[in-house]
Amino acid sequence: MFAYIIRRLCYAIPILIGVNLLTFILFFIVNTPEDMARAHLGDKYVTEQAIQEWIADKGYDQPLFYNPKASGLEQLTGTIFFEKSVKLFAFDFGNSDEGRNIRSDVVDRMGPSLALALPTFIIGIWVNISVALMVLMFRGSRLDRFAVAVFVTMMSVSYLFYIVVGQFFIAKVSRLVPVSGYNEGIDGWRFLILPIAIGVISGIGAGARWYRTLFIEASGQDFARTARAKGVSEAGVLFRHVLPNAMLPILTGVVVVIPSLFMGSLIMESFFSIPGLGSYLLDAIQAQDFAIVRAMVFLGSVLYIIGLILTDISYTWADPRVRLN
Amino acid sequence: MDFSIGSDLFGYHVLWTILWSDILIFFLVGAITLFLISLRKNPENRQRWRQVFSTRLGMSTFVIIMAYIAIALGDSIHFRKALPAVEDQGSEQIFYSNTVNSLLDLALGEMGEQHERTYSAPFALKSWNKENLLLPGGERVRDYPVLKYGGQHLKNDEDKQRDIALYSLLGLGKGLALALLLISLHARWLKKRSKSSEPTLPWRAGWITFAIIMALLGWLITLGNLYHVLGTDQAGNDTLYESLKGIRTGVLIGTLATLITMPIAISLGIAAGYFKGWIDDVVQYIYTTLISIPGLLLIAASVLLFQVWINNNPDFFEVGLEKADAKFLALCFILGITSWTSLCRLLRAETLKISQLDYVQAAHAFGVSHFQVIRRHILPNLSHIIIISFVLDFSALVLAEAVLSYIGVGVDPAMASWGNMINMASTELSREPSIWWNLSGAFFLMFVLVLSVNLFSDLVNDAFDPKTQLEAA
Repeated sequence: MFAYIIRRLCYAIPILIGVNLLTFILFFIVNTPEDMARAHLGDKYVTEQAIQEWIADKGYDQPLFYNPKASGLEQLTGTIFFEKSVKLFAFDFGNSDEGRNIRSDVVDRMGPSLALALPTFIIGIWVNISVALMVLMFRGSRLDRFAVAVFVTMMSVSYLFYIVVGQFFIAKVSRLVPVSGYNEGIDGWRFLILPIAIGVISGIGAGARWYRTLFIEASGQDFARTARAKGVSEAGVLFRHVLPNAMLPILTGVVVVIPSLFMGSLIMESFFSIPGLGSYLLDAIQAQDFAIVRAMVFLGSVLYIIGLILTDISYTWADPRVRLN
Repeated sequence: MDFSIGSDLFGYHVLWTILWSDILIFFLVGAITLFLISLRKNPENRQRWRQVFSTRLGMSTFVIIMAYIAIALGDSIHFRKALPAVEDQGSEQIFYSNTVNSLLDLALGEMGEQHERTYSAPFALKSWNKENLLLPGGERVRDYPVLKYGGQHLKNDEDKQRDIALYSLLGLGKGLALALLLISLHARWLKKRSKSSEPTLPWRAGWITFAIIMALLGWLITLGNLYHVLGTDQAGNDTLYESLKGIRTGVLIGTLATLITMPIAISLGIAAGYFKGWIDDVVQYIYTTLISIPGLLLIAASVLLFQVWINNNPDFFEVGLEKADAKFLALCFILGITSWTSLCRLLRAETLKISQLDYVQAAHAFGVSHFQVIRRHILPNLSHIIIISFVLDFSALVLAEAVLSYIGVGVDPAMASWGNMINMASTELSREPSIWWNLSGAFFLMFVLVLSVNLFSDLVNDAFDPKTQLEAA
């Protein structure tokens, strides 16, 4: 198992290098630092000197891959590629355009992101699975068809619509909770309860429908039929036989997301002004702060790869037949 | 690209304007039609499509989707109208307007040109905000100004209810009459070529849906030219018109994004599964790398960079719409790049499976070339995966457009889109009293499209997925 994890981590390295190269090409070769400077400083009334100053200030004034002016190892380290891309591997993200250290910003903002994303995730799974099981109890009946119709309808509504309308009716008209904001600590729940509820409800359509198909697949198999023949009640069949057997596909879809919860939710956080990583990224996109976007792309890929490894490990826990080697 | 042929359209002098996305959408619709026709030859595929259309739901949703596509295509034929001649202008010389119109604009009549100053409520006669008005006597009052267009044909404000009812009946009648005419033509055509061997499809469901859509369109167009049926937005544009224009953006995002990159996904997926070895390794490496970048981030980064490129190269685009169009195509391409990976993975796995089968081995033994094996034996057996993934992706892409527009990396604000409208609505709702109509128009049209596509794709999935086929057997 340990050896397997080490090997998987080694596989991750070429992928991360690929991600790194891709972002490097996107950010430094497709658009040169001069283009970026121009975009930042305004297109027309900008002097050549101002551009050069901006580039020097951000540390983009070095050659891309190879620095002939320097000597020794400096020839490779004194380049944009080393300074801006290779250093990401050490989680050294550099400074944002405002001059703040990106890494400490990221660490600060993970907390609020998790406070929103983790409950949404856990409650969401719990609600989806319960709803799917409940519907499955009435499989083939009119209620089942009605429920599926409701799921498809809920899926077809834009995520933004849930947020806009939910915020409007619950927070603005009914004034049950604050419209937006965030508070550290336990009394921050008042700010979080609405975004969590909206996140869970907007996910029911697609989620419950997916779990329902998984459960139907499992409940059509021989072991479920045998259990019914033995006289196990329908609820017993669902909980004792169908649910554990549907665990593998559920884990495939679910575990991979867990590390990415740190990244937060872009839209939810900005609508409810929660100072997490999602709104951090959104602000960076809108301010065209490429250093932050680059750092977040890298961080996101790292978290995704960790998620993949966790998925494999969770298989051995859910299904004793699976051996990792 | 501008050019003029014959240049007459219903008596107008026009200059046809062709955008890149117009070319692509017509090319793709043609390609899909050819693809489906070629599938018809195969009796098994015929049977599957028949299964989709043998349900009333399949028929109705298909008609709705086709209506959307027809509107989108009508909105994809662009031209610039000639300006009325000025006095000292030479007789041969014609100047063309800078605004680009489409066939849809013609069908909607004056709806798109009736700009008010700012917000007004649905069917309102007066503006939503009070303004300082200068009375003819030179006196200043603060009151709601009368709208320039909305309901200005009325002689008397009290007649409004009756007038609306009258024109509603007229519009519904016009739409229904046209629908009935087309339906009866279709019914007669069906009768002529009916074969007793094949069970009849539930045409009635399709006809009823068609009649409802036509009646609704007739109603909206008739009333939309007299009133602002869904009010106006902040800039005074008719909300109904804007939401109808959003159809093109939604449909194009849904189709172009998948189809632009589909050749890449298909060729790489088949190559990886068929040739195996180092090709497989390379393809797997490429898609694992792309998958591991969070989709939204990759899209945001790429769109941002493209925006920088456009801003630094403004000379490439003649009209404002062309710039918006280039941005839009780039967005489609980027969305496609982030979504082709899953299709590629599926195709690779299926090709691996198929290339082990006996008939492929037999073809190899007979010395059939690789290209022919792929074309004759592998590609036809992958078509169901391609169809299913195309319809499943469609609705997700339409929904994604709204989210991307909110983040600020979606379509150009100059282009009408449901995403942009919903985003504006979030601040408009919090005004006092709140402005809800901007949200409702975009929401309703988007919801109907996505719901129909979701329902239709479920049926397609049931019919084409071998797994569900086995269960049913």
